[in-house]
Amino acid sequence: MSTYTPEQREYIRLQSRQAKRKKRWHDFLLMVANHSVLIALSAIFILPLFLVLVISVMGHGQAETRSLWPHPFIWHNYVEVFTAVPFLRWTMNSLFVSLMTTIGTVVSSVPPAYVLSRLRWKGRGVTFIIILSTMMLPGQVTMIPVYIIFSKLHWIPSFLPLIVPSFFSSAFSIFLLRQFFVSIPDEISDAARIDGCSEFKLMMRIIVPLAKPAISAIGLFAFLGSWNDFFGPLLYLVENEKLWTLGIGLNAFQGIHHVQKNMMMTASVLFMLPVIIIFFFSQKVFIEGVTLTGVKG
Amino acid sequence: MGILPSRKRGKDLVAPPRKKLKTPKIFIFLCLSPWLIGILMFTLYPMVTSFYQSFTKFNLIDAPKWVGLTNFHRMFFEDPDFWKALRNTIWISAISIPLRIAFAIFSAWMLTKPKRGKNVYRTIFFLPSMVPAVAATMVFTYIFNPAYGPINRFLEMLGIKEPPFWFLDPKWSKWGLILLGLWGIGDTMIIFLAGLLDVPRTLYEAASLEGASAWQSFRYVTFPMITPVIFFSGVTGVIGSFQYFTQAYVASGQVNDYSHSMYFYATHIYFSAFRAYEMGYASALAWVLLVITLVCTLIILRTQKRWVHYPNGSLFK
Repeated sequence: MSTYTPEQREYIRLQSRQAKRKKRWHDFLLMVANHSVLIALSAIFILPLFLVLVISVMGHGQAETRSLWPHPFIWHNYVEVFTAVPFLRWTMNSLFVSLMTTIGTVVSSVPPAYVLSRLRWKGRGVTFIIILSTMMLPGQVTMIPVYIIFSKLHWIPSFLPLIVPSFFSSAFSIFLLRQFFVSIPDEISDAARIDGCSEFKLMMRIIVPLAKPAISAIGLFAFLGSWNDFFGPLLYLVENEKLWTLGIGLNAFQGIHHVQKNMMMTASVLFMLPVIIIFFFSQKVFIEGVTLTGVKG
Repeated sequence: MGILPSRKRGKDLVAPPRKKLKTPKIFIFLCLSPWLIGILMFTLYPMVTSFYQSFTKFNLIDAPKWVGLTNFHRMFFEDPDFWKALRNTIWISAISIPLRIAFAIFSAWMLTKPKRGKNVYRTIFFLPSMVPAVAATMVFTYIFNPAYGPINRFLEMLGIKEPPFWFLDPKWSKWGLILLGLWGIGDTMIIFLAGLLDVPRTLYEAASLEGASAWQSFRYVTFPMITPVIFFSGVTGVIGSFQYFTQAYVASGQVNDYSHSMYFYATHIYFSAFRAYEMGYASALAWVLLVITLVCTLIILRTQKRWVHYPNGSLFK
């Protein structure tokens, strides 16, 4: 078989082992390089969050010195922020608006998404295209007449202009749900229909439970969209300080003269905290939602 | 695709047409009604009204007065703020849209590399995009402040003698906003990550058998496969950048932006409508915004044939 002498064979084996070792070494270096880049990127992404945390527990004097480590730690900042500004009220306002918006969006987006994806009817395609194009429509175009409607209803300032529209479906949520609903096999519906299940029951009892991930995704997006919203409250709530949400309040922070500047960072931490906690618990839902539609909120 | 019988063979394999199960029209109508009312009240009616108002002088109190094309004439010939806002918006879009896409591709591409720790890195990269815009802007204006922010201290430690004044300097303020945008790249990155993971492994194997370098396999395999995602984020980027408001508004409030270096198109609409109460003029501005966005989108759509590669046929059939 072999025309190699034992010496040659030994030589080849050595060579191949060296090549293998070289490959392993090469892979190892590549891994180190990749992780170094990834760690550097992570550091950049984390840095602002780290800095805001650090500044939020610094004393007033120290915060103005560009120092990088609190000395001493003033944990009291987190108590003071509640007494210096009506922080609790802002939080409750934000929470109320966000929760109501979430309920409105979920309740009003499931039925349209259902008929758009699970039923066949004339005009379905056109309706879907209209929904997609309203997603692209800049809000500025409709903003002024909508503002006038609400002002004629004497709803400004109040939470109603922020909450009520959410009960009339959001194009984005319909789109996300529809993308998910079409992936559920038709046979499930057909089986239920043959068994005499009414369409409404079929939607509520069978399709909705199956679509739980998508429904939690639109709920999450609605909640966060409302929690992070600044423009809506700026239009509809600014006139009445009692109605301010966190975003508006935080923006007005520096105008409130007796508040220290670094306290802004303490308040910012408290503003981000719920969002970050929600994210850690629902990362999967979130990322799937973004991937399904290509957009956030 | 492979499961379906081929057209020739399949003729007698296809099941007989299913008996149509009737769905009551009233059910469809009821289900659609929230959306229908919503679109009539909050989209269609406002669009028509705002189109009409763009040809009027209207201050919320008196009835709108028809003035023909005066608003548009004023915009283009008598309103330096309009041009300032437009220039600022185009400037920041031209830089930040490509930069955001490039950075999103780069971070997503790095995320596909490691065998371990993928999820940890992904969480960290994604986290900043969750931070509320107001809070993120507050944080950035604070930490980039030349007097008490730590960022410039880091830059000095790195040997940069005179770091920029960022938000306090009209020449640098937009760069501050661009950095803020890049920090919150997470959602765009996730879309690219999904796109990258969809590229079939076999293509890379083929490329490496042909002796392609890492760059070549990115340029000729990865890049063509993610052009649809690039196209999509280009379009949404253009639409989004003309509505860019919160960050710019909060940042200019924080630093007293006297020179209007952070005055963008959406800010101009807001100030015209809700500070000057010139609703007619603001509506005209909004319609010009819509036209600009549509034109930009159409231009990108027209070029897509040349560079966007759809493995399963076009997105817009």
